[in-house]
Amino acid sequence: MSVEKINKDFQDLFVQGKELLYNGVNDLMNEKREIAFNRFIEGGIPDKKNENYKNTDLSKIYERDYNVVLNYHRQDVDLNDVFTCDVPNLDTHLVLTTNGWYYARNHELSGLPDGVIVCSLQEASIKHKDLFEKHYGKYTISDNGVTDLNTAFAQDGYFIYVPENVILEKTIQIVNLMRANADLMSFQRNLIIIGKNSQAKFMVCDHALSSVNFLSNNLTEICAEENAVVDYYQLQSQTLKCSLVDSVFVNQEKNSNVLNHTVTLYGGLIRNNIFTKLSGENAENHTYGMYLTDSVQHVDNYTYIDHASAKCFSKENFKGVLDDKSTVGFTGRIEVRPDSQQTEAYQNNNNLLISDDAKVFTKPQLVIDADDVKCSHGATVGQIDEDALFYLRSRGIGAKEARMMMVFAFTNEIIGKIRIEPIRERVAQLVEKRLRGEDSHCDACKLQCNK
Amino acid sequence: MLEIKDLHAKVGDKEILKGVNLVVKPGEVHAIMGPNGAGKSTLSSVLAGREVFDVTKGEVHFQGKDLLALPAEDRAREGVFMSFQYPVEIPGVNTVNFLKTAVNEHRKYKGLEPLAAGAFLKLMREKQALVEMDAKLMNRSVNEGFSGGEKKKNEIFQMAMLEPKLSILDETDSGLDIDALRIVSQGVNTLKTPETSTIVITHYQRLLDYIVPDVVHVLYDGRIVKTAGRELVAELEEKGYDWIKKELEEH
Repeated sequence: MSVEKINKDFQDLFVQGKELLYNGVNDLMNEKREIAFNRFIEGGIPDKKNENYKNTDLSKIYERDYNVVLNYHRQDVDLNDVFTCDVPNLDTHLVLTTNGWYYARNHELSGLPDGVIVCSLQEASIKHKDLFEKHYGKYTISDNGVTDLNTAFAQDGYFIYVPENVILEKTIQIVNLMRANADLMSFQRNLIIIGKNSQAKFMVCDHALSSVNFLSNNLTEICAEENAVVDYYQLQSQTLKCSLVDSVFVNQEKNSNVLNHTVTLYGGLIRNNIFTKLSGENAENHTYGMYLTDSVQHVDNYTYIDHASAKCFSKENFKGVLDDKSTVGFTGRIEVRPDSQQTEAYQNNNNLLISDDAKVFTKPQLVIDADDVKCSHGATVGQIDEDALFYLRSRGIGAKEARMMMVFAFTNEIIGKIRIEPIRERVAQLVEKRLRGEDSHCDACKLQCNK
Repeated sequence: MLEIKDLHAKVGDKEILKGVNLVVKPGEVHAIMGPNGAGKSTLSSVLAGREVFDVTKGEVHFQGKDLLALPAEDRAREGVFMSFQYPVEIPGVNTVNFLKTAVNEHRKYKGLEPLAAGAFLKLMREKQALVEMDAKLMNRSVNEGFSGGEKKKNEIFQMAMLEPKLSILDETDSGLDIDALRIVSQGVNTLKTPETSTIVITHYQRLLDYIVPDVVHVLYDGRIVKTAGRELVAELEEKGYDWIKKELEEH
């Protein structure tokens, strides 16, 4: 099937589903939908000819026939019973989504500070119209079809608003659950707004509860207003049958501090787009990622840090361990605009290949138009240090365990960047289990459909 | 304890050991000296189980077992310990975890339960004191950013933790100042029992002033060409190795 055919299918879907798509949300969302759709049909799904998609041919995953459900479907079980999070010692506000929709039977969150809003995107677009309209679609860049496709078909997701001067102690945990009887394509759209001087922490988990093929196109906009502090952790733990195209757009106002941390434990094809715009002076951004791949998995991280204001700081570090025939891509674009003096931007991508057949494509892309900047970038692709391995073995540690220690050591640096201790410990455990080849992505689910 | 018979080893096409014979009995301290390039470090690496060296001929028995048939980790578990000339830095591997894993793998091999956390810490503190090891280093990655002296102390500390039957000290004195040399030697001497043996591989006399050998060998061109008592150390220090080379040529 060609890209033209895929694009034609989306056109048909848009026309046929128009009534459902436009239903239940506010006008601005539909205006943007219309614009995005028109732009999408001009550009279409990005294929390998697109420079930013050289490592990931999306037409391959969009070729498959999926169901698309343009209204909320009830699940036949209560997902609150099916899914329990097993991060011990961590008390969170838990929000579930199902197949891209805000779960209707989410428990009401108790103990939220005054003014904090956690609800579905649909509800927010109507009930909190001013807030919604001020931010929705403001932080996206439509330089590829993926963003426009999401805006064209997005109907729901979660909406979180933390007003000025609020420190949210508890982490908000969002669990995106995919559960269906047949192959399914979904579009989820989320919006997070953290007001001036406020602080919030998020833990987002991507899980699949069924062993059908899923294709998710998720997009999250995060606005950190002046002096806000935001931790955004994402744990991607799906199945080999899942494809996830996940875009996060972060906008940072002056003196804000954002930590964006993505751990890709498992999935068939995962493409992460992480766009960060440092809009105000003295903003600080930390973007970290880790990917563990085996089998025929494909993981591609595309990051874009836009130093649009002076005196900002960004640090970026992605590390991965590749086994079997897996393939990985990393692109790190950093742009320092002409007036963004006294910028500091650092980037690193390190890969550990533990099989002969795994492949990695890594590309730093620095565009520096200011003269008073400190920038650095580095990329490595290597294997396990044989001298170190022998050292461990000479102390009585078995070859397999020694190898495991070395690989785990490699990932430690990224795990160490997690600022919440129970999450850090839990991620460390999950990574270790994953590296030992023990199934970890289904641990938290009671359905145990893969067992 | 250890019996090496006609050991030949090469790396690539280059033969380095050309028929080494050596018998070490329980309780003995042997020094192996020799000029650079004689094969001293190769001998220790072959005994420790490093795979880059091909053993082309000969046998090594350790307490009656065929040592060469065992992988490196099993040699360690059987009680062979090598102190590295250049200890490797391993970023990301925490020293305490590393030691705990090593100690427990040894115990597992002997059919023992893993050591409880409290007992392990107690053992660690005890052995740390032996080599005056800075406790702060324990929270760092293995050897990462350690000074030369700290690295060598860490080797002897690991030796103390693992209580080997045969310790091979490969150029342990290189890069050590006099204080560290004293501490390291004292550690080795304290750990010595009538049942354990030590092979000290060194270029210089220095270390042997502290760790006094019972037997001294000269390794030259891949063979042990001279074996004598401890008095040989002083003779070598005074005259160098040239007279041995001459002696060999005359025969």
